[in-house]
Amino acid sequence: MSEVTVSRPPVRGGVGESVQRPDGIPKVTGRFEFLGDMHAEGMLWGATRRAWVPHARIERIDTTPALALPGVHAVLTQDDVPGHRYQGQALTDQPVLAEERVRYWGEAVAVVAADDPETARRAAEAVVVELEELEPLTDLELARDRGEVFRHIPVRRGDPDAHGEVVVEGTYVTATQDPAALGTEAGLAIPDGQGGVDLWGPTQWTHVDLTQLAACLALDPGQVRVQPCRIGGAFGSREDLSLQTHIAMLALRLDRPVKMVYDRTESFVGHVKRHAGLMHYRHEADRDGHLVRVDAQILLDGGPYQLTSQAVIANSTFFAVGPYRCDNVFVDGYALRTNNPPSGAMRGFGANQPCFAAEAQMDRLADELGLDPIELRLRNAITQGDRLATTGQLIEHPLPTDEVIRSVTAIPLPEPEDDDEPLHLPGGTGLTTPRDRVVRGIGYAVGLKNLEFSEGFDDFAEARVELTADGAVVHTAAIEVGQGMVTVIAQVVRSVLGMSRVEVAFDHTGQIGSAGSTSASRQTQMAGNAALEAATVVRDKALEAGGGDHLDDAGVWRGDTLVTSLAALTADGPIDHHVRYRHRPTDEPDADGQGELHVDFCVAAHRAVVDVDPDLGLVRVVEIAIGQDVGRAINPQQVHGQIEGGIAQGMGHAVMEEVVLDHGVIRNASFTDYLLPTTLDAPTVEAALVEQPSPWGPFGAKGMAELPTMSATPAVVAAIRAATSLPLTRAPVHPEDIVTGPHDAPE
Amino acid sequence: MIVTLEVNGERRTAEVAGWESLLWVLRERLGLTGAKDACQQGECGSCSVIFDGQLVCACLVMAADAEGAQVTTVEGLADATDLHPVQRAYVDEGAVQCGYCTPGLVVATAHLLTEHPDATPDEVREALAGNLCRCTGYGSVLRAVAAAQGASDPAGADREA
Repeated sequence: MSEVTVSRPPVRGGVGESVQRPDGIPKVTGRFEFLGDMHAEGMLWGATRRAWVPHARIERIDTTPALALPGVHAVLTQDDVPGHRYQGQALTDQPVLAEERVRYWGEAVAVVAADDPETARRAAEAVVVELEELEPLTDLELARDRGEVFRHIPVRRGDPDAHGEVVVEGTYVTATQDPAALGTEAGLAIPDGQGGVDLWGPTQWTHVDLTQLAACLALDPGQVRVQPCRIGGAFGSREDLSLQTHIAMLALRLDRPVKMVYDRTESFVGHVKRHAGLMHYRHEADRDGHLVRVDAQILLDGGPYQLTSQAVIANSTFFAVGPYRCDNVFVDGYALRTNNPPSGAMRGFGANQPCFAAEAQMDRLADELGLDPIELRLRNAITQGDRLATTGQLIEHPLPTDEVIRSVTAIPLPEPEDDDEPLHLPGGTGLTTPRDRVVRGIGYAVGLKNLEFSEGFDDFAEARVELTADGAVVHTAAIEVGQGMVTVIAQVVRSVLGMSRVEVAFDHTGQIGSAGSTSASRQTQMAGNAALEAATVVRDKALEAGGGDHLDDAGVWRGDTLVTSLAALTADGPIDHHVRYRHRPTDEPDADGQGELHVDFCVAAHRAVVDVDPDLGLVRVVEIAIGQDVGRAINPQQVHGQIEGGIAQGMGHAVMEEVVLDHGVIRNASFTDYLLPTTLDAPTVEAALVEQPSPWGPFGAKGMAELPTMSATPAVVAAIRAATSLPLTRAPVHPEDIVTGPHDAPE
Repeated sequence: MIVTLEVNGERRTAEVAGWESLLWVLRERLGLTGAKDACQQGECGSCSVIFDGQLVCACLVMAADAEGAQVTTVEGLADATDLHPVQRAYVDEGAVQCGYCTPGLVVATAHLLTEHPDATPDEVREALAGNLCRCTGYGSVLRAVAAAQGASDPAGADREA
């Protein structure tokens, strides 16, 4: 990024300030209108008929009984899809509604619209769906052996005959994790009376939804306006379509608005999850602890449709070694097709699973070498000037692996506790655990991940900055899901313009081009840089037109004199500029998985402190400390918020969060049974921010919100291992894993 | 059936079906969409309201049982000009991200600080354990509760000023 001059004096609400969210007050007063709160005059309610088997042949669908119910307006099946019958971001392989087969538990077979939600629900139940059940494929090794492969990525780097003197091997399993955003999927489709439709649905990228929707609805993209949504969290789960096509089909068929809201159980089958992983690893090192060779095989469970699995497995494969140097690396990553629930994006996007396995391997290696696990990691820590162990890419920009490790170890450890307050003991108010049985453990893990889209993807973001007498407005199609991009963009533009009166306007797909996905830790840099470039041009135009040297909320100044007011400056119309910002191009991997595949990287180190009741297998996570690479914290309060929230999700996956699958059937599709961390489970968090500016992020910023989740999981499990001396090769750790002793992953 | 109740100080009447919950009545019959429906099982607290002085999950209260009840929702906390101190503290401490759990947490916190203004940090954690938040990890929530406790203490408020 070119150098940016910050106007003086420092503007209120600019870069580096903990600026409050503009949607904060509407949210605390209950007036913020989420998707599920929307209403349109004359709207109908939609509902979905699902097949609650993991794999079946559809023998017959009869919609007549549903249509016969009073108050039912339409019942649609796959035969009613007006255009392309399949959707998906990359490969369009997912039928809009089940076609010939049901391929996962809870797959949508038909959708209905009725006068009220209760009638819609009854109508959905009344649809006759006759199925011949088939054996589900749910075993990953079997799926690989049968060739049910979405993508296989080989990495072959270095000397195949190279070996180290010290060898550790292990097999690791990570379970399926649900993103469990608090807002369930909800949406509203309003026909425009001219054959088109306005659509509000849960999304992280309106333009990628638009492409799929226009094709499925057989409409010109200009006829579908995908609206920015007000969404109750995402974490990756909104990257793929859920109910959008269904409500749009119903609304267009009936020429009436249609709203649909999933309940929690539907939500569990209605959005993508973090892939379950099965990983075999072999690390070889010399006697000094320098990695000589890493071999890994990584199997990810994609479920029946590809969705983003081809990109998720790329992250798993290319970040298989973690933030360490190693010259001889041989990895095979497989994204596999099964009849388990569809997997897709979730915070960390495939980098988490190998992080769990590889960090456990580093601890085993340290143990084998008799080295401190921190020392082992420091000896191998990757930094600027090194090459990524898997792809061989030169790390050209600052990458403070060493610094994040040192900064987390510098945070003082929490004091030992000796009180009998139940909340300070594993088991809590269950009063199960006497203090003298508690064993404390400390564990570490370090995570590395890419920023932005990789592998040659044409990744861009558009923004338009408009200056009027009332201040500046930044137009973007980027989606705010709660992460705080709305303040980041405004802060960047304030600092460029020198004006505090800056607002962000979220445009629909007909108003501005794509901002790309709110994922891959990319919007701070992508939408942020687009806004920065647009604002820079607007500022320069304003200064030239006004004949001054700096700008503020009053207008253009020359020295201490206001020479042109904003009103005068914009009397003939707004000053505006539109930018399509692209990051530098990346390579596609060659046949050996080599190349400059990634734009930039981010790193974090976690230290977890746990108290374990070994008799009952209960764990209390006392504290998690983190050293986090952020480039530069544009909004420190929000950075801390992302760190604390991300850590809670990572620790949740370490000790409680698992989608329990039984031959493809989810056994815990509710908040009663799928456990999420509460205030009683969430640890105290101590964070040290490492600020080494990224050379091309806006004001040096990096996207940072995935890292806090990634290495939290392995750090917590490492701490439980330290307390119990058990191998614990599966996440999450269940009480029985601790109580029944050595437990290894299924071979 | 017809149900009459007092919501945020106003007498409200709604015609409801037998299956309807208080949450449904608030959101769909009375247009008060502040309370959120996230789990339908009383697990997440997103629909927390104050019902005859008790903190309840509105999804677990049948509409018929709300006859004659006094209900306070998140929309009833702020007065015409000022946020409730708990709302102010949530905004100030960055305890709002996606905001879906926020109405429930704000109501639960306001109720807690009415009943136990001097709740200890452990008591706060225990009291709010019925409100799930997926975004914040609760750190900022707990800081907001502490800030709201400080704000309701006149000496603390003076120091702030």
